[in-house]
Amino acid sequence: MKFNNIKLTAIALLVSFTAFNCSSDDDNGPTGPTGPNFTGTFAQQDQMGRPAINTVFVDMADKNMFNTTIPSNQGAAFQTKFEAKLLALNPGYTTNALTWDAATFTGALATDVLTVSLNGTTTFFDGTNVLTGRALADDVINVELTLIFGGPDALTGNPTNPGLINDNVDGNDKPFLSTFPYLASPW
Amino acid sequence: MKKSKILIGAAILTIAGFFAIAADHIDAPAVAGGTSDITDIYAFEGQNTDNIVFVANVQGLITPANTASAAFDENVLVEFNIDNDGDAVADLVIQAIPRDGVMYFFGPIAPSQSGLNSTILADTAIRNEVQITTGGSAIVETNNGMSFFAGPRDDPFFMDFFRYVDIVTPGDDDGDGEEETAFLPAGTGDGFASDSFAGTNVLSIVVELPKSMVGNGDSVNIWVETKRKQ
Repeated sequence: MKFNNIKLTAIALLVSFTAFNCSSDDDNGPTGPTGPNFTGTFAQQDQMGRPAINTVFVDMADKNMFNTTIPSNQGAAFQTKFEAKLLALNPGYTTNALTWDAATFTGALATDVLTVSLNGTTTFFDGTNVLTGRALADDVINVELTLIFGGPDALTGNPTNPGLINDNVDGNDKPFLSTFPYLASPW
Repeated sequence: MKKSKILIGAAILTIAGFFAIAADHIDAPAVAGGTSDITDIYAFEGQNTDNIVFVANVQGLITPANTASAAFDENVLVEFNIDNDGDAVADLVIQAIPRDGVMYFFGPIAPSQSGLNSTILADTAIRNEVQITTGGSAIVETNNGMSFFAGPRDDPFFMDFFRYVDIVTPGDDDGDGEEETAFLPAGTGDGFASDSFAGTNVLSIVVELPKSMVGNGDSVNIWVETKRKQ
């Protein structure tokens, strides 16, 4: 026991001596604790602009790639695939309530960013304003279903595929707050 | 009631093995069920109409029982990207990353590089921080016109996801002998539409700031990225 203590002390002395020598030329800058360390490189894993785009329009084999393609490159990489997916979901697609044909609609969707108005109503769609933001209570799924399945007259009382444009879940399970942070408390 | 919600949560996770879930919950194999999985983003005018609010939610489908132990990942950077000249390239970023129970925010500031890799601009950006909320009462920090929150919240997304899956999956999926071709009617109980995300939580990051800090034009484009430390 005693011998072990001597050995440990010797090792400790040796380590401190070595450490002192080794550190003599790399501790010349500012030192001391400066708070959390945020250094390093952070590599992209997921991204999202509009709701449900990757989920609905991207094939399983491409989902990781979609998440790691920067938005300015997404249109060129994915518009054609999105158009094929749209026509697979709704083979009868002609135009939609925004009068967009399949190429125009999927061209708008493929660049997955959310446009947000700085001088007007912010909503995914409220009957008047289209894609000017996304508020918590916006029924974004109904909007997307309507644009995908509803045809050109979906908003004037004559939708194609009337059973597919409303999931009949029209609101959240908890009321939102009128003040920051706006989202409801957890369950 | 409580038990059924937990069962629903488990069922969602099971189904997620086969289908990607809207809105962006469990959207891709590389992030599904992980700490960098974005579930939703929101952007809307604040209660103060001079302000804009950005929300990023991650780690969806957290059951009430698991909410107390759910935590932001210290190796995952959540980055709000703001394009204010219409080219879908980020002109400004707001970076959020947790350390020891505090969420740190940097920006808005021009990113050091565009593309898939980021460094945290801790030395040059405006820095703010808020204690991460752990219970139901939100801890909020407001500083120089900007407000910050980080912590668990009810998942604000709502959809009859199960029915959508049944509809887009060929054949009879619910055992009634017929292919599902339409959503269910509004109502309560079997045979009626239900919110597949009811009773589940997410981890939210909420930032409110003056519109003038993000752009001078009529609109901006935003998207959120999660990036893992290498």
